[in-house]
Amino acid sequence: MEKKTLFDKIWDSHVVKSVPSGPDVFFIDKHFIHEVTSPVAFLNLEKRGIGVKYPERTIATPDHNVPTVDQDKTIKDQLSRMQVEKLRENCKKYGIELHDLGSAHHGIVHVIGPELGVTQPGMTIVCGDSHTSTHGAFGAIAFGIGTSEVEMVLATQCIMQSKAKKMRISVDGELGKGVTSKDIILYIISKISAAGATGYFVEYAGSAIQSLSMEARMTICNMSIEMGARGGLIAPDETTFNYLKGKQYAPKGEEWDKAVAYWKTLKTDEGATFDKEYHFDAADIEPMITYGTNPGMGIKVVGTIPSTEGLEGSNKTSFLKSLDYMGFEPGEPVKGKQVDYVFVGSCTNGRIEDIRSVAQFVKGHKKADNITAWIVPGSREVEKMAHEEGLVKILEEAGFELRQPGCSACLAMNDDKIPAGKYAVSTSNRNFEGRQGPGARTMLASPLTVAAVAITGKITDPREVF
Amino acid sequence: MAYDKFTTLISTAVPLPTENVDTDQIIPARFLKATEREGFGDNLFRDWRYDVEGNPKKDFVLNNPTYSGKILVAGKNFGSGSSREHAVWAIYDYGFRCVVSSFFADIFKNNCLNIGVLPVTVSPEFADKLLAAIEADPSTEIEVSLPDQKITLLSTGESESFDINGYKKDNMENGFDDIDYLLNMSSEIDAFVANR
Ligand code: SF4
Repeated sequence: MEKKTLFDKIWDSHVVKSVPSGPDVFFIDKHFIHEVTSPVAFLNLEKRGIGVKYPERTIATPDHNVPTVDQDKTIKDQLSRMQVEKLRENCKKYGIELHDLGSAHHGIVHVIGPELGVTQPGMTIVCGDSHTSTHGAFGAIAFGIGTSEVEMVLATQCIMQSKAKKMRISVDGELGKGVTSKDIILYIISKISAAGATGYFVEYAGSAIQSLSMEARMTICNMSIEMGARGGLIAPDETTFNYLKGKQYAPKGEEWDKAVAYWKTLKTDEGATFDKEYHFDAADIEPMITYGTNPGMGIKVVGTIPSTEGLEGSNKTSFLKSLDYMGFEPGEPVKGKQVDYVFVGSCTNGRIEDIRSVAQFVKGHKKADNITAWIVPGSREVEKMAHEEGLVKILEEAGFELRQPGCSACLAMNDDKIPAGKYAVSTSNRNFEGRQGPGARTMLASPLTVAAVAITGKITDPREVF
Repeated sequence: MAYDKFTTLISTAVPLPTENVDTDQIIPARFLKATEREGFGDNLFRDWRYDVEGNPKKDFVLNNPTYSGKILVAGKNFGSGSSREHAVWAIYDYGFRCVVSSFFADIFKNNCLNIGVLPVTVSPEFADKLLAAIEADPSTEIEVSLPDQKITLLSTGESESFDINGYKKDNMENGFDDIDYLLNMSSEIDAFVANR
């Protein structure tokens, strides 16, 4: 029998037709939409005079553009309000399930999908957002698409895609103290670069990956796109099944048993081949932080920024331009640098485990005076749990400001912007120029490192504080 | 929506040799608030093009009247980051019909093909050659022939061929898009769903 990878198994079972010398007509099980990348798709459907083929396969939530205060009031920013209203209008018109602001399951689209149990192993999932790769943590093929493709999915439940090449990244061994899944992924990206997996779909494997919780796995798959990959996925196992059991949209009763039996077949066959493989040792990974303006520019928190040695031409110019933006010099350490903001949130690290770990670390401490600290839960459900577990109280006593769910300062489309020239250590996924506001200087790190920075006011290795 | 047909384009070009230009630079998130597709060109490369007060930054290439044309020649790993198609809308709306680079990010490339902007991947050497030629003489013309899958530096006649899959090529030459194709497959899709 032909040996297949997990990716092959799911991909091949969703091909409606292969176009000769072209892409595959690829069937999509679940489609998430939000207010920013969907309005033009709906507008085009109207222009073509067609409707939504399978409205029950699409789920909507406003997240990118929404304010994180006063969510029960009318949105002040006129353009944001229009986008959210358009989303409501379109969902109503076409019969699409909407988790609106203030409702029990409102939140960042990639946080609520898993939380509701919509995301399941073996599925194909798309959304007009590159971090759709998050859902791959369940053993699904999940990736971001453009608005034209959003339109295709609404109209036909299919898109035209060529199958990506296959890469496996194995991380074996035990993680050290203070090292989280965020550090694993920042480490991997720093090793293979921000474009190192372009053209590939990545399967993460190995004992260090298997030992992670679902939420930690989501953090890893989330940032697959930061090395250029279409997406990333992890074979489902007992951890996956336990997470899903009892969730609102998870199969129930006999259906559950049938589903689990199928899900258990979703793994790469022994002897199946990948186009590229990487192996890393968990013991080599330490708390990581980025110093530049793409996510591949990461080092150990205790490390030094690389020198320009060996760089030439446009490589060197781009590197220096990036450091100039960040206000850093080649070859200098980052530890001890003063920071202005910390941001805990986003679809990378805005889930309950992240908030728990920050709360546990800052308990009994106060944030440094020079720090403004924002915590933005990924969803209402996360917010609710944070209250119930007493985490909000701990965080507020430490001087953190809790906001309402949404993408917030991850992409700064709303008012949550880091001011120009200020340094933010952030649990989000992108450190591009201006990502967190025009002129903002972002350094990506784990929730633990962010907690340590909040307390000390400067770049700090979490292992030295707690 | 169906878009302009693309066959052969002869134009001067704008050089942007920076590497790893991400979609947040092409169109910053705060300009994604529109609910229609037009008008994004004004904010193309917004934060590199204008200072905080909105004055043009003299050192940015789009503000340099020496350079113009329908072709953007960009540095390696162009279009990484977000899946926002708005980035391509902005490039199109500004007037570019073709982007040349030695390496494109995946989703960006797909988005280009979906709205009729031709992404041309060339070797790093040829990209450098193009950039050098344009910088030496901004009136340098480049020919991009989709039927021949060939890009030529007209001043010297040097050329290189590029890849594009046959289906996408056909779409671009005829101004068709994927939805036209998929809508014609409706019954096959229904049958696929019924058999699952
Ligand atoms: S939290 Fe950030 S990365 Fe995640 S969906 Fe929102 S904007 Fe995108």
